[in-house]
Amino acid sequence: MLLELTPDQEVFREATARFLADRVPPEVIRRLRADPAGFSPDYWSAGAELGWTSLLAREEHGGGPIGDAALVDLSILAHEFGARAAPGPLASANVVAHALSTWGGEAHTAAVEAVLSGESLATCALGEPATPGEPAGIRVQVRADGGDVVLDGTARPVESAAGAGHILVTARVAGAAGLAQVLVPTAAPGVTVTPMRTVDLTRRFFAVGFDGVRLPADAVVGEFGEAGEQVERQLQVALALSCAESVGAMQTAFDLTVKWAFERYSFGRPLASYQELKHRFADMKTWLEASHAISDKATAAVDAGAPEAAELASAAKAYIGDYGTELAQDCVQIHGGIGVTFEHDLHFYLRRVTLNRALHGTPASHRARVTGIFENLKEQA
Amino acid sequence: MSTSAVGADGVESVEEFRARARAWIRANLRPLEAHEEVGIMRPTRTDEEELAAVARDREIQKALFDAGLAGICFPPEYGGRGLTPAHQRAFNEEITGYEYPQRLQVPTFAPCAAVLLEFGTEEQKRAHIPAILKGEEIWMQFLSEPSSGSDVAAALTTAVRDGDDWILNGSKIWTTGAWWSDWGLCLARTNWDVPKHRGLTVFILPIAAAGVDVQRIEMLNGVKEFCQEFMTDVRVPDSDRIGEVDDGWTVGTRWMFHERMSSGSPYVTSPGTSAHHRIGPDWLLDIARGTGRLDDPLVRDLVGEGRVLDLVGAALHPRLALGMTTGRLSDQAAAIGRLYSGVCATRLTTIAFDIAGGAGAAWADDDGAASDVGADFLMRQTATIGGGTTEMARNVVSERVLGMPREAALDRGRPFREVPRGGRSGG
Repeated sequence: MLLELTPDQEVFREATARFLADRVPPEVIRRLRADPAGFSPDYWSAGAELGWTSLLAREEHGGGPIGDAALVDLSILAHEFGARAAPGPLASANVVAHALSTWGGEAHTAAVEAVLSGESLATCALGEPATPGEPAGIRVQVRADGGDVVLDGTARPVESAAGAGHILVTARVAGAAGLAQVLVPTAAPGVTVTPMRTVDLTRRFFAVGFDGVRLPADAVVGEFGEAGEQVERQLQVALALSCAESVGAMQTAFDLTVKWAFERYSFGRPLASYQELKHRFADMKTWLEASHAISDKATAAVDAGAPEAAELASAAKAYIGDYGTELAQDCVQIHGGIGVTFEHDLHFYLRRVTLNRALHGTPASHRARVTGIFENLKEQA
Repeated sequence: MSTSAVGADGVESVEEFRARARAWIRANLRPLEAHEEVGIMRPTRTDEEELAAVARDREIQKALFDAGLAGICFPPEYGGRGLTPAHQRAFNEEITGYEYPQRLQVPTFAPCAAVLLEFGTEEQKRAHIPAILKGEEIWMQFLSEPSSGSDVAAALTTAVRDGDDWILNGSKIWTTGAWWSDWGLCLARTNWDVPKHRGLTVFILPIAAAGVDVQRIEMLNGVKEFCQEFMTDVRVPDSDRIGEVDDGWTVGTRWMFHERMSSGSPYVTSPGTSAHHRIGPDWLLDIARGTGRLDDPLVRDLVGEGRVLDLVGAALHPRLALGMTTGRLSDQAAAIGRLYSGVCATRLTTIAFDIAGGAGAAWADDDGAASDVGADFLMRQTATIGGGTTEMARNVVSERVLGMPREAALDRGRPFREVPRGGRSGG
């Protein structure tokens, strides 16, 4: 997270921090493991009032930033979500709000307003960043048929799909190059939503099947067959939020472990007095500050639509994917056996960085993407 | 000196400064060639070439001074511009891709000039800071000794008072380029009967002073840029003492802070890209292309890793600098940057070596970027040794940033005279 927040950002952060501390303290998160949705509907609508869903949307839809960098402000919330292992599809919901507000048409106004108010949940199936503009892992096809569009295939994992009124689906156009995004009501005939198991305690993922799902053409968001660029942009937003969230989780895991190192005595000395462990803490502190730094830099670039946004977002995802989990696992190691029990809080944060490492492309796939972008950059120079 | 555009408040704004710097740089400095390396020590460079490069660095520095672009964050009374770190950052961005006086940055501007600014007398500052900013004085750190590397406060170089002078005897080591440098900032022992930190004093001396013998050390790759100095009855006037007698560790603590800040220091010009440094992702890409392995997914993964580490470092250093400026991070957080840089450089060197494949073991003169990569690998650890080892940085981060207990030290509280010393000198 940024070292210096503006007074407005601090007020904004603190409101969500206080709300999360009150509504989802660790004992509640432990209980939510058994909850099919992972959180209650009033939790999400109360969060919407704190600005969780509206920052990236246009003002006429009831959205708008608190400052002049909406994604930066939102990343402060994402960091708070990670630091408290909070439930809720923050990144997915905001990607949908952003997408509908930016590329959606008249037909999507009601949906975007419902998402912003928190009254209805929406989620997305984006695929994974590969080459910019050509995401990988998309197994849904769409074809135009008369005045309709028809979708077939499966998207997975899709967050919070069972509780969502709509899913923003990224699909390949059948028989042609190009992508289309379609806002699919989960109640539409032919949509099946199957729960999946996941590493997180409160985040829920689903496999969503599309079997000849027929929708009017105005369900399409943006240009049919020309969605590559908007999907890339949405992926960058998702990457920035996922990185900010992971850094929040890293921060809490680290802080818990530093505290433990001072409190735990072995052989008459605190763990914090052993040079072997001190040096590992120094490495972890370095990874943590580096993760804060690249996450913030990438977020600012994505927010500004800067030319380096794609590369920085992937660099952040690759680095934080690797070192976020490395840090969390070393925190477990330093805790010893208690670190792998359900009773201890440490696994909340380990789960969050583990989840985020695997979603939206692995560190290796983002390294490959960085290499491609870098290679092109040098060829143009 | 040229007059500069100023804002309504009499201070040149960052954007005004940037525009002026850009125009001057484009008109006066040579753009670097695509694969040109800046200021690093290559075994293939002759002494004549090295001296010519030093002369060019001095010439550029003088021209920058005359153009009102030198010493951006140095006070105006000593020839600087009195501007902010944001101005320096703008300058770093504008000079990226052009030749710049790389040899004058570290250690001359930081830590040496930074230490002079903090602890020097008015006379010392007036005598040296303008000369440094004009490129007339290149400074070295007379800090490490053959018997003490990390434990710098265990210095054995001795200064004994003789009237208005001090007489220095001892040896300093690992001064990069002392053979073409002018002045040394020297940590010496002035009292053996108190604990080690309390018996040190800092001096400055011309490297050409009578009694200073500079010997070049040949490194395992053939480079002879590191030096060792033998000081025999070197006479230094008391007016060339920095700080109080026996209070050298107060100076030394800040000295090491400025050393760890390195290229993140506001006194140092550091282009915002590693493109012209040997150890960087551009080099990895060149090796991969040159060896015909750029399409190998394993090699692409390694290039990506190197590029990611470089981008992360470029984000980390400004964060640390900002945090230390605003007080959100302790000054000791400079050690985080030092640790990152060292670990990153060693990893990039390994990646380069692995991408080079067989050319890492044996190479031809026309192998391009893959040439010498094997020798670089042999020298890999210099990145985590020079400028303070990463082990020391880890101690600083854990003890001074995270507040963990200090390492037990058997010399604490003991007169230095009584502290055991090994016989073997490693440095």
